[in-house]
Amino acid sequence: MIDISQLDFSYGSDPFQLHIERFSVDEGERLALIGPSGSGKTTLLHLVAGILTPASGTIRVNDHDLSSLGDTARRAFRIANIGLVFQEFELLEYLNVLDNILLPYRITNTLLLTAKVRQRAVSLADQVGLGEKLRRRPGQLSHGERQRVAICRALVAEPKVLLADEPTGNLDAQSKLRIVELLDSFAEQNGVTLLMVTHDHSLLGQFQRVDDLTGLVTNSVDQKDAGAHQTSAANR
Amino acid sequence: MIDCLYIAWRYVCSQKLKTTILVGSLTLIILLPLALNALVNEGAEQLRSRAAVTPIVLGARGSPLELVLSTLYFQSKSPPIMRMSEVERVRNSALGEVVPVYVHFNARGQPIVATTIEYFSFRGLRIVSGRNLAMLGECVLGATVAAQLQLKPGDTLLSTSENAFDLAGAYPLKMHVVGVLAATGTPDDEGVFVDLKTAWIIEGIGHGHQDVTRPESAGVLLSRDDNRVTVNAAVTQFTEITAENVDSFHFHGDASHYPITAIVVIPNDEKSGTLLQGRYLSDSDVTQAIRPAAVMDDLLSTILKVRSFMIAGSLLVSVSTIVTAILVFLLSLRLRRREIETLKKIGSSPLRIGVIVTWEILMVVAISGAAAAACTLFVMRYSQNLIQWFIL
Repeated sequence: MIDISQLDFSYGSDPFQLHIERFSVDEGERLALIGPSGSGKTTLLHLVAGILTPASGTIRVNDHDLSSLGDTARRAFRIANIGLVFQEFELLEYLNVLDNILLPYRITNTLLLTAKVRQRAVSLADQVGLGEKLRRRPGQLSHGERQRVAICRALVAEPKVLLADEPTGNLDAQSKLRIVELLDSFAEQNGVTLLMVTHDHSLLGQFQRVDDLTGLVTNSVDQKDAGAHQTSAANR
Repeated sequence: MIDCLYIAWRYVCSQKLKTTILVGSLTLIILLPLALNALVNEGAEQLRSRAAVTPIVLGARGSPLELVLSTLYFQSKSPPIMRMSEVERVRNSALGEVVPVYVHFNARGQPIVATTIEYFSFRGLRIVSGRNLAMLGECVLGATVAAQLQLKPGDTLLSTSENAFDLAGAYPLKMHVVGVLAATGTPDDEGVFVDLKTAWIIEGIGHGHQDVTRPESAGVLLSRDDNRVTVNAAVTQFTEITAENVDSFHFHGDASHYPITAIVVIPNDEKSGTLLQGRYLSDSDVTQAIRPAAVMDDLLSTILKVRSFMIAGSLLVSVSTIVTAILVFLLSLRLRRREIETLKKIGSSPLRIGVIVTWEILMVVAISGAAAAACTLFVMRYSQNLIQWFIL
């Protein structure tokens, strides 16, 4: 599903450099990505999502070579294949819960907002316990509820890959577990590949595989020439 | 496109305070020049139309504009006085019809317009309630006065003392309202119309008092001979003219010296008008003859120049406001940078985000335009009333 090789990336003149020899995730696999701050976890997610483009190397996601796609094609790919969940939820405060869930359909012209899609959005909201709060604004919801809305938004377009960037960062222990279970169960039920960045080691037991980016990448800040190897941790 | 419109609309609706301030500012900058133009045009039209149907006005030499404002619009506080002898002089010339006007007093803040019955036919004034003037001490009210003071035929209206501290001055006169005029949308709606003689009674030139020849008036009698009766100040003066005491009212002095403020002359023809004006060209003459239309045209040319300056000023303000509005939008975009980044990450193109922001701007502009159009229509619809309230 995700296959990265010989990837090099840097932010212009910033000293940070990311190098990955090889990294792959199987279809339907549920993987946690850990590593210290600044190790490039979020950058890797953005590269997989096609938000960032590498200086060299290849990124293949769902049989698409992102390195060879232009901006428009990468956006279309992202909308059709990737679901993104952010640490800070990134909900639009002026839209209600239902409109936030349907946002991917409203901001692109490659997805068509049909009655069926609406029904799916309502159904997703029902499944996460927000069926009664569809008309509420994000400001009227708790942190946990807001993150659930963000997850519904990421899932509404039925992505093949779900990328979650520390989605439990601001939540209490109980909510963290609920969110991870929610993502895990959605991924399992729908055969979605889940790649989640987390700092919270207490959650790692929920994943099929855990990769530590410290050992996975080389970056110029503090891990030069560390070599590239992949750590797998089978769980459950 | 509908989705972009929807998101833009939700954003505009959510930012109530910002949207209201922007809409208010933009509405004002659109409205100001339009409303100003409409009001000045309507004011000019009203001033010109009334002046145009008033061929010639004679008055005491002085400011022609003050004479026009006093005679046509009842505006001047203390117009110069001329004498009734001038009325006879014009009448004797047989060059046209004369309508003397005396605008000097007021009643409860409204000007008392003393004139003759010909004034009503000259202005096309029609009584809608009651009857026209028939006796001393009666008044007919303009439509606005009647409505404002809530007076109707049968009520009374007291003239206002010129100076409350002048103990020797004339008493206020309690006038009887006998009629109300139909609304005309002109300054006539604001007038309290009385006969000239009634105004002279208010002035103190004419008066009525107890019959000092009767035996019961002996207490006020100072001296008496065949031609003259002298009484003291205790004699009872009437402050209201009734059917019972009207016969006691009389005037002192030479009638040709009684005061008026203007004479409206309707010349028989253009030539008569020119001849009449020619008689008052000399600077030594105490009377001037003016054509109100010409005076108002002079005034309007000044007003139109001022309007141009005001519109130019408001356009400068508009530019400044638009620049401020653009700044607000740009700052707003900076504040929304994270939101915009999220939209891009999810998959929106910069073009689509631009379309959403453009819709937001267009919505604010459209709402402002609609509000400005509605206000301008209101101003145009009621410009006549607005002009009368604020200017005339």
